[in-house]
Amino acid sequence: MDLVQMQKSLQDYTKSLFLEGILDSQFLQLQQLQDESNPDFVSQVVTLFFQDSDRILNDLSLSLDQQVVDFKKVDPHVHQLKGSSSSIGAQRVKNACVVFRSFCEQQNVEACHRCLQQVKQEYYLVKNRLETLFKLEQQIVASGGMIPAVELGF
Amino acid sequence: MNNGCGSGSESCLSSMEEELHVLAVDDNLIDRKLLERILKISSCKVTTAENGLRALEYLGLGDPQQTNVMKVNLIITDYCMPGMTGFELLKKVKESSNLKEVPVVILSSENIPTRINKCLASGAQMFMQKPLKLSDVEKLKCECHLLNCRS
Repeated sequence: MDLVQMQKSLQDYTKSLFLEGILDSQFLQLQQLQDESNPDFVSQVVTLFFQDSDRILNDLSLSLDQQVVDFKKVDPHVHQLKGSSSSIGAQRVKNACVVFRSFCEQQNVEACHRCLQQVKQEYYLVKNRLETLFKLEQQIVASGGMIPAVELGF
Repeated sequence: MNNGCGSGSESCLSSMEEELHVLAVDDNLIDRKLLERILKISSCKVTTAENGLRALEYLGLGDPQQTNVMKVNLIITDYCMPGMTGFELLKKVKESSNLKEVPVVILSSENIPTRINKCLASGAQMFMQKPLKLSDVEKLKCECHLLNCRS
């Protein structure tokens, strides 16, 4: 695949993530913060998000598996995940967290278990897609090309 | 520093050229990193703090032994933090004779009217929704420079 084709693939791939609602405009804000002086800013922040989220999801699994669920522990974790996902533009993860929090408020353990599964699903989805996106970018850079700006007409 | 904008333009312009020093407070690591980057791109000097207590230390309101107290022109703080909330931090700043003139901006992911009102009533300069955008920071900078001019 030549450079132009790779760049087009990347643009199409990125657009699809927005069209599917996996990413929202906050991700574009993130890209605006990247420049020659900070060329890896987006992947750095996203990597932090992955590390943080892996930890939170693990803690949530443990907390919900307790005999007596302590919602005072569960809710702050979900709140944090909601915040982080919102900050990087992971829209579906954020939305799943909003639902999760409402069930925490109701102290509905069964619903919370389902919510956790939903959050995990959305999280693994966005993680997978973003990792692919970064690989595509790396291929372009390795071939001596520039990452094209995404035109979305928001 | 500047001594008012009586004749206006010159002292205001020089205040525009001075770097704003912002203290950014947020318990979320990702949000801290974003805030820091947004502010640096907007030509601000940034110090970050992960909670209200650390913020108070930087401001000189913590341990009396504290030596590296810094002058800040703006405090941006998350509302929801474990331990000391952004609202509690705001009150401590406004209660301090040294710091009460420093504008405090509260950030929150939730636009709850009672929350907004109580922050503004307690002296918050602005209440803004997270996540913060680059354009939001431009607005903040203008406000701060105007405040510096007036004082």
